[in-house]
Amino acid sequence: MSHTKLTRRGVLKTSAGFGAALATPTVFTGASWASESGYMNAPGDSSCTLGFNVPQTGPYADEGADELRAYELAVEHLNGGGDGGMLSTFSSQTLDGTGILGRKVEYVTGDTQTKGDAARASAKSMIEKDGAIMITGGSSSSVAVAVQGLCQEAGVIFMAGLTHSNDTTGKDRKANGFRHFFNAYMSGAALAPVLANAYGSGRKAYHLTADYNWGWTQEESIKASTEAVGWETVSAVRTPLAATDFSSYIAPVLNSGADVLVLNHYGGNMVNSLTNAVQFGLRDKEVNGKNFEIVVPLYSRLMARGAGENVKGILGSTNWHWSLSDDGSKTFVRSFGTKYGFPPSQAAHTVYCQTLLYADAVNRAGTFNPCGVVEALEGFEFDGLGNGPTLYRADDHQCFKDVLVVRGKENPTSEFDVLEVVEVTPVEQVIYPPDHPMFAGGDLGTCNPGV
Amino acid sequence: MIGLNRKDALLFITVTVLVILAPFILNPFPEGTAMAQMFNAGYPDLMQRFVIFGILVIGFNILFGLTGYLSFGHAAFLGIGSYSAVWMFKLLSYNVVPAIILAIVVSGIASLIIGYIALRRTGIYFSILTLALAQMCFNLAYSVLGNPQKGINLTNGETGLQVYTSDPQYLMGENAPELPHLFGLVMRDSLELEIGSWAFTLNAGYYLCGVIMLATFYLSIRIFRSPFGLMLRAVKSNQQRLSYTGLNTRPYTLCAFVVSGMYAGLAGGLLSSMDPLAGAERMHWTASGEIVIMAILGGAGTLIGPILGSGFIEYFKNILSKINDNLLHQWLSFLPDGLEDALVWVLHFFVGKGWHLTLGILFMLVVIFLPGGLVELGKRTGGLFDRFRNAAEGSGKERNQSPRKAAE
Amino acid sequence: MDAVILQVLNGLDKGSAYALIALGLTLIFGTLGVVNFAHGALFMIGAFCAVTLQRILTFSYSVIDETQKDFLGNPLKVETPYVVSWFGEATGNSIIDWSVPLAILFSIPVMIAVGFTMERGLIKHFYKRPHADQILVTFGLAIVLQEIVKAYYGANPIPTPAPDALTGSFDFGVLIGFGENAIIYPIWRLVYFFFALAIIFMVFAFLRFTTFGMVVRAGMADRETVGLLGINIDRRFTIMFAVAACVAGVAGVMYTPINSPNYHMGMDFLVLSFVVVVVGGMGSLPGAVLAGFLLGVLEAFASMNEIKAIVPGIDQIIIYLVAIAILLTRPRGLMGRRGVMEE
Repeated sequence: MSHTKLTRRGVLKTSAGFGAALATPTVFTGASWASESGYMNAPGDSSCTLGFNVPQTGPYADEGADELRAYELAVEHLNGGGDGGMLSTFSSQTLDGTGILGRKVEYVTGDTQTKGDAARASAKSMIEKDGAIMITGGSSSSVAVAVQGLCQEAGVIFMAGLTHSNDTTGKDRKANGFRHFFNAYMSGAALAPVLANAYGSGRKAYHLTADYNWGWTQEESIKASTEAVGWETVSAVRTPLAATDFSSYIAPVLNSGADVLVLNHYGGNMVNSLTNAVQFGLRDKEVNGKNFEIVVPLYSRLMARGAGENVKGILGSTNWHWSLSDDGSKTFVRSFGTKYGFPPSQAAHTVYCQTLLYADAVNRAGTFNPCGVVEALEGFEFDGLGNGPTLYRADDHQCFKDVLVVRGKENPTSEFDVLEVVEVTPVEQVIYPPDHPMFAGGDLGTCNPGV
Repeated sequence: MIGLNRKDALLFITVTVLVILAPFILNPFPEGTAMAQMFNAGYPDLMQRFVIFGILVIGFNILFGLTGYLSFGHAAFLGIGSYSAVWMFKLLSYNVVPAIILAIVVSGIASLIIGYIALRRTGIYFSILTLALAQMCFNLAYSVLGNPQKGINLTNGETGLQVYTSDPQYLMGENAPELPHLFGLVMRDSLELEIGSWAFTLNAGYYLCGVIMLATFYLSIRIFRSPFGLMLRAVKSNQQRLSYTGLNTRPYTLCAFVVSGMYAGLAGGLLSSMDPLAGAERMHWTASGEIVIMAILGGAGTLIGPILGSGFIEYFKNILSKINDNLLHQWLSFLPDGLEDALVWVLHFFVGKGWHLTLGILFMLVVIFLPGGLVELGKRTGGLFDRFRNAAEGSGKERNQSPRKAAE
Repeated sequence: MDAVILQVLNGLDKGSAYALIALGLTLIFGTLGVVNFAHGALFMIGAFCAVTLQRILTFSYSVIDETQKDFLGNPLKVETPYVVSWFGEATGNSIIDWSVPLAILFSIPVMIAVGFTMERGLIKHFYKRPHADQILVTFGLAIVLQEIVKAYYGANPIPTPAPDALTGSFDFGVLIGFGENAIIYPIWRLVYFFFALAIIFMVFAFLRFTTFGMVVRAGMADRETVGLLGINIDRRFTIMFAVAACVAGVAGVMYTPINSPNYHMGMDFLVLSFVVVVVGGMGSLPGAVLAGFLLGVLEAFASMNEIKAIVPGIDQIIIYLVAIAILLTRPRGLMGRRGVMEE
């Protein structure tokens, strides 16, 4: 008890013993865990710890497992192992395989369970127990928003994983949080022209929407962008997230006068609603003299496999796909495929990029201090990570890059060959002002280094 | 002593000492080792969870342990308490006192309503009524009551209720902390002690929760020992006979239900006070199920059981889910390579993404072999020692002591 | 009107899944007096019997095709199922195509084995334990079973399509005098409905018209007396447990083309089927079936736009709302007996 000193995570000077500390509660107030370095969880001289917080149980466990694979690959590459992956194609060349700022990269993992609460608990244990300097991962928007809020309060950086809701960098944007993945608005903006081209303008759309935040923002985005190309929205029906059988929502579609069904569902919901819609024979019907069509605005290739044959010919959008032929994508697919034996998913790609982007930002800033990292990432323009030239916008910490419009492939050659890229929508077409109504109400605040 | 008999006082003092020393006891391994990374539990978030879920299950035990009414919807009160607390943060200020008070009051009202309806039935019909009412709360909180675009936004839906900078916070002082605090003492603040290569975190929020838990524990002992507690036990052993004596049992059971609902609300309020975000999934039926599991695992109807059960589940949930292959390799690196890989391959199915499996197996083992829960384990080992001692002393007078006679 | 008929069809279809699971639950509860929280897991195992059979039938050898490339640019391995090479293209592919109906035959022995093992290995020891313990141990078992399935098959849903001949939809409206496209219903869902009716009928006939069934019914009414008559009622109850497991299993098999199976599908059904059982009345077989169809139909109606416009979110709470209303007006559910599970 006599040997008390300043700790790694830092603290208040307490030469007094434990009893004295308890007796004078004032000693508790003020900063916590902020070390003399001036920020939270400052790494030592030899290594730094990153926290990979992904769904390992629950319906998105496979997506989480793929994210974890990509993280392990990224750490390997950052530490100079493997073939180096996208380190060589990345336009910023500060990463040389010696870790981050010369420190070996170590990591801890946790399970978000796709629940905000559990994700926060897991992230907190990474920050409090393991001294993680950055938290990343997740496969849903509620988790991203929850953990992003936590990281803002605690004073570490959050690099979002798969999160598609407008809110993550809109209403709920935070200074310490960054998103590489695209969002619902971009999906709508990229899809609408392609849809108008393929199915004609003057279509009547019927929306089925998962009844939670992501579903609402996607419905809003797709409605707005399709109405802009002359479509009409007949009806938008909310379906419970827990629903597994969508028959009673799909049955009335055919008699509603609509000739397009938009499924604002993701993951298991999407697989089930799409399967149900195809069972009801919607795609074989003609309404208003036009072929009935189904649209799935956000595709996940991993999940789409669950719908089997039903995805064939169905249009949607995606952040990235392994069949892209630029150098970055090819390199990434090669190193991921060689290590694991199958191509990476879009979730794997986005988290790999996020890890590299963070590492590079630290290197360029010359510090792990979150405020330095924020400054380095804001307005950062880069290329070579598979999506073409990309901008990390300073106003909302959202990446702006090309969006892929994809279609379920008619003649797949393997079980991974589910989607084909129809069009690469250029970034100019999907960009929006930071104060766009769908993103309004948010406030980045200021970066928090945790002191 | 302090209104308790000797045995209870001893138990209470033991728990008090454990709560005070928990940050030390839970960090048995030196900082930076693989063992520490795996098994140390002495960090604020988990310690807070230990005591908060302790409160929750102590309250649940007042209902289930004493009256035998198995509520399958207790998580609803946890959620209601959490939401109420966050609303106080949004409207008034980050001070936790009004938050906790409102959490208790609102969950008390909610449990009065739900209890009034559900207690009209007994047995499994009661369980299903509570389940149905709680699931309705969950579904509504998840979607209809939480849509920011549709006027009513009580819960902020799936994203979870949280404080925005645009919220009014009418009582917010000029220099008040931007995080939940008790009159300026920020809940997240900690004092770190480093002794040798060990590091211990003494967290303000943990000690607040700890003190509250001790108070609720004390209250629960008093309830167990009171005439009211005796009446509740009578309900459990034979409600029909009790009503034949002309006694209306409903007020007693309703009172127990409301008290345990308020305990749950308090726990919810504390959860929000430690971390100001309330999510709807706290109210899901699986969360209610978890409370039941904690109570039975610890030993329903016993005083200390709830604390053991909640600690057991929370510990394994947090520890197991964070172990990955990398850590296993570090941990087992002393073994020869082939054996290490084989062992890691086997263990791999039980940790990380497989933590549910381990927890499921643990439940089953406890329920199968320890019908009285973890308390029985303690009794049995205690009994074993007694037997050894008695054998050594050559007297067998305590040999007949049945291990199944649960501690109360 | 056509919308109403459509929702009745939907409700009957949803209801048949509820009814089948609730029927099995009630069989177990009525005979053994055990509340089986692992029943949803049995449904899930049934569904994965279909997946497993599909995997077995498509077990393939691979030939390297130099002309095509895989995603890494290596020559593509083309997989050919053994079944196809043994029986020829046409027969082989149609065997694979019919794998879901074939899986019923496959699932019955599997489910009997699973049910038998479960009863003898675990449930038997819990006859005299409190219901709370039974719930807990079977819930633990359910978690273990689903995690094992997840460890092997992953968390994502796995497509198991119906045979080509039974996919697509059927214009029901034309039959009963509505216009074209007014009432369209998927063929497989109709198959599922009639299949469920057949199973329900078989279970009832078995209990009603066989000596075995008579003994079981007698045992359900008064176990001790039947035992005193020198009848080995325990063995019959074990068999009934296996039968209940089979009912859940085949229900799962047939459900796979409707929704691609995943490891937690059992949990999704568990709570609802418990509500169904209790609404029907604990221990009453006709009650379980009736409540299954009733709640299915009500759920379908609640999801109609017209009704949702009046009461938003009603489709999410309707089942619970109805359950509460019924339990408050009829203390023991629709057809429950006095004194069952009320202690």
